[in-house]
Amino acid sequence: MSFLEVSGLVSGYDRGTVLHGLDLDLDAGAVLGLLGRNGVGKSTLIMTLAGLVPVSSGSIRLHDVELAGKRPDQIARAGVALVPQGRRVWATVTVAEHLALSSSRSRGGTWTVDSVLDLLPRLAERRRHYAGQLSGGEQQMLAVARALLTNPRLVLLDEPSDGLAPAIVDQIAGVVTTMRAEGVTVVLVEQDLHLAFGVADEIAVMEKGALVHRAPTAQFRRDPDTAHRLLGVA
Amino acid sequence: MTAVDAPAVPGGTAAVSPRVPRGRDGLVAAAVLVVLAAAPLFLAPFATTTLARILVFALFAVSLDLLVGVTGLPSLGHAAYFGSGAYAAGWVSINVTAEAPVPLLVGAAVGAVAAALTGWITVRTGGVFFLMLTLAIGETVQQVANTWESVTGGANGLTGVPAVRAGGAPLANAGFVYWYVLAVFVLGFVLVWLVARSPFGAALRGIRDNEPRMRAIGYPTALYKYGVFVIAGGVAGVAGSLLVAQQRLVTPADLGFLTASLALLAVIIGGAGSLWGACLGAALVILIRDALGPGLGGHGTLLLGIVFVLVVYLLPRGAAGLRLRRRSPS
Repeated sequence: MSFLEVSGLVSGYDRGTVLHGLDLDLDAGAVLGLLGRNGVGKSTLIMTLAGLVPVSSGSIRLHDVELAGKRPDQIARAGVALVPQGRRVWATVTVAEHLALSSSRSRGGTWTVDSVLDLLPRLAERRRHYAGQLSGGEQQMLAVARALLTNPRLVLLDEPSDGLAPAIVDQIAGVVTTMRAEGVTVVLVEQDLHLAFGVADEIAVMEKGALVHRAPTAQFRRDPDTAHRLLGVA
Repeated sequence: MTAVDAPAVPGGTAAVSPRVPRGRDGLVAAAVLVVLAAAPLFLAPFATTTLARILVFALFAVSLDLLVGVTGLPSLGHAAYFGSGAYAAGWVSINVTAEAPVPLLVGAAVGAVAAALTGWITVRTGGVFFLMLTLAIGETVQQVANTWESVTGGANGLTGVPAVRAGGAPLANAGFVYWYVLAVFVLGFVLVWLVARSPFGAALRGIRDNEPRMRAIGYPTALYKYGVFVIAGGVAGVAGSLLVAQQRLVTPADLGFLTASLALLAVIIGGAGSLWGACLGAALVILIRDALGPGLGGHGTLLLGIVFVLVVYLLPRGAAGLRLRRRSPS
């Protein structure tokens, strides 16, 4: 039994179905880099796993607990945390309040406000600021902190490098590596191949709402033809 | 929510609540309070009564601001709870006792219960749907007030409400009524302010800024919205009990659309989310409607409309935006 078992997952929006029977198995503590062209359903998969896009059919099992059809807050309490694309921090809530709101939903575990601030010291300096006043990189750190403080077993990161400076992207890579060391399972949707290759154990590629290729990162990197065919990059 | 750990950073405990007034804000609040408390000593009775009306309406607007500004739920039916509280306080004063704080507590309870009964439907929606549902509920409650003559007095309203009694003696003159209104207003305002800056209030602001993210970290947001809806209903009920203490009469108009929309107007003019801004907005609305309106040949509403358009164009964040802009240049 895998840690995360997704089978026959169909989901989407009013305008149309996006995921057409997607299957995905993931072992505990693994970091999966999820790649694919724009519009193939990567974000929809992430949002469906978090419960923010309704499941039409299929199943999502986390440690043998069925999550399909549950509400987002129930899924969060089961140990799934989302770091959404574009950060989506609460603009009129301060950094300190973000941390308090998240840690009060903690499932109990290693991540506390102190340990998260050790990992992301910049946030400690900005505690009293409203999230809307932070830079893009700081907001990303805050979005990561918000997810970690719930002490999740599975973290879903949707394009964390989007629009950020290389130094910040390196910091995000460091955080993902730390999460992995703490035994957190990570699904990382990323356009930045450098980041994905740097932290992922395995690479999976999506096309038209389904997984079409999966390989250990090292093997994927040795196979530029496949990468080029699937992603349109060398 | 009591499980929130105070972050162990030097000086960090206060950081959880950013709106602790700095020294100057506290001084301004104290000065305003002193002026308000002394007002009846040097104002004419009519002016004192107008000021009392302002305070009543301000508390109502503050309770609405908890929904509109803090949580992002624009309600057009909030007068239903204000009016329910007023009718309940009036009925109790006539039929049971007018001894404070009984009418007040009854008003609060009925406002909160009315909100609890109707809130389950409304908080599952948002935006325009919330606006329309609350409007429909407000109109329904007004119809009930119009037709349930044995209790509400029908279209004539509930008349002959006795003066509030404190310590056995009725508050007969305008000054004493004003002080009663002021005392309750301060209590209500502080209560709402504490709610807004509590961890619960931070969760409400999170819901306003991005509700799906709140759900995604584990908050059952409908429950939070329901909670604040009931609290806002209860505070509106308290304001309603002040209305009846002040004007000794409740009519169906007090829980109708016009009253609800004037409160929304006050919140927007003052700057949604800023509680003291809502009070300023309420003062402006009452001054124009009651003090300037008669002199304008009944065109007070027109003037209010013009003020509203000007505020929306010139001060997108309301009167509170003036100060905000100075504080944070970013």
